Formats: sequence, C-alpha cells, structure tokens
Amino acid sequence: MSDLHGVIVSHAAVAQALVSAVTVITGIDGALTPVSNEGCGTDALAERLKEAVGKGPAVLFVDLPGGSCLTSSVRYAKQHADIAVVTGVNLAMLLDFVFHRDVAPAEAARRAADAGGKAIRVTAA
Amino acid sequence: MSLALFRIDDRLIHGQVVVGWGQPLHCTFIVLVDDEVRSSDWEQDLYRMGVPPNMEVIFASVDEAARQMANWQTDSRVGILLVGDVDTAVSLVEHAPQVRTFNVGGVHHRTGRTERLRFVYLTDDEAAKLRQLAARGVEVTAQDVPTAPAVPVGDFT
Repeated sequence: MSDLHGVIVSHAAVAQALVSAVTVITGIDGALTPVSNEGCGTDALAERLKEAVGKGPAVLFVDLPGGSCLTSSVRYAKQHADIAVVTGVNLAMLLDFVFHRDVAPAEAARRAADAGGKAIRVTAA
Repeated sequence: MSLALFRIDDRLIHGQVVVGWGQPLHCTFIVLVDDEVRSSDWEQDLYRMGVPPNMEVIFASVDEAARQMANWQTDSRVGILLVGDVDTAVSLVEHAPQVRTFNVGGVHHRTGRTERLRFVYLTDDEAAKLRQLAARGVEVTAQDVPTAPAVPVGDFT
C-alpha cells in the first residue's frame, strides 16, 4: 500500500504552521499539504482542496468540528473514494500520522484522532 | 429581540457567524434559508456540527421562511437568519416583505464576479439586485464581523 497523503484544512495560516512544525520535528517533508480557507467561498475552497489532495488516498485534517473548512472537506470526501476526515487537528496527531501512513484512510484517521486526543491533558502544577 | 441579523454569506454557518456575531448578539438560534440544504439530511447534519449545543438551527426553504417569519420575529430569543447568495436574499424579501435589512457578510470569488470589497465579489447583475433591494427600502450594508464598519450599499456596488 502506498503511503497516504495528509491535507490540513484550516483558517488563516494554521495549516501552514503545522506543516512547518512537523517538518522541523521529524525531518519528513512532503507528507502533508496545507490548505487555508482565507478569502475562499465554497467553490474556491473546493478547488484548493482538489489541488492539494491530487490523486490517491488521503486524510483531511480539519481545524474545527464545524464551519467552512469542515463543510468543504466532508463534501469532498462524499464525492471521492479513499478520503477520510478528522477534525480538531493538532501537532501530536500529525506527528503520529506521518509515521503511520501505510494503512487505509479510515484507519489512519481513527489512529490520528486517538493520538491527538491523548495529547490533550491538564498537567500537574 | 427576535431576528437580529439577516446575512448573505456563501459559507452559511461558520465561525464568523456562530462566534463573531453569535457571541456579542447572544444569539441562541440560527435560521438557515436554502432550498438545497433544506432537502439534504447530510448537509443539515454537517451544518449542525458547527454550532454549540445551546444554539438551535432551523432549516427552511424560502417558502417556509416566508411563512414562519412572523413567528421568528416575535421569538423571545435572539436569532440570525442566513442565506447563501443574493438571489435567495431577493427572493426572501419578495416573499417576506417584513425583512428590512440585509448584511452582506461573505460573497466570494467565482467566474464573472469582480472584487468589491475584500470579502465581497459580485457580478454586475448581483450588484444591481442589491441596489434594487436598497431602492425598495431594505437597508443593505457589507460587514464581515461586528467590529468592522458597515459599508453602505452604494460604496460597494
């Protein structure tokens, strides 16, 4: 199975910043593509998504569990095979994802959601 | 109280609406007027995901909205009404003449549209329709978030 591609879909420059952080930490380049909704209506965002996903299976990492980034991502996933969508993207889930891309999109999405969720905690003072 | 904002926004329910306007207005219900979304269960589920649990979302066709408008306008809660494009706004005003304001909050680039403001792109036809709405006494302004100034229709069409 070829390695999955990850696309981060966010408001403003959050996606770009996350991609940079993953590259700095892991040295892995090219596994993730950022998409911003800046200045986009539904059609323009759909076009950016299509370009970023390209061919082949992918996981779409969306910043919020609602809003234009999610709406466009779910719409895209409904129209294309082998696309999974995860919301609440964080750095921890992306770091896990880039090392586990030899699985189906749905499985990668579940794994990423799990890794991202485990990273959210209140530390002892 | 009742409907505090009538907005044209092609993203429909999203952060600017729910948080940007919803918080300062203390909005607890959103009316989404769109014939296509009204007939699609999965799209309704999707738009509901972006809304906190204490906020009700009502999906309506233009006809249904016209029939319900009087009830929403006397609702004890504060609400926001959304449409996705200029044509739906015009149609709603024709069916529900009690709509007296429209906020142009986000109409983005598409073939045939030119930039009027950073967040407003219109075809000449859409710009003319907005001016016609204003000529009929509807207060039409462009404003993406509450902290920005409201731009009068004559300044962006």
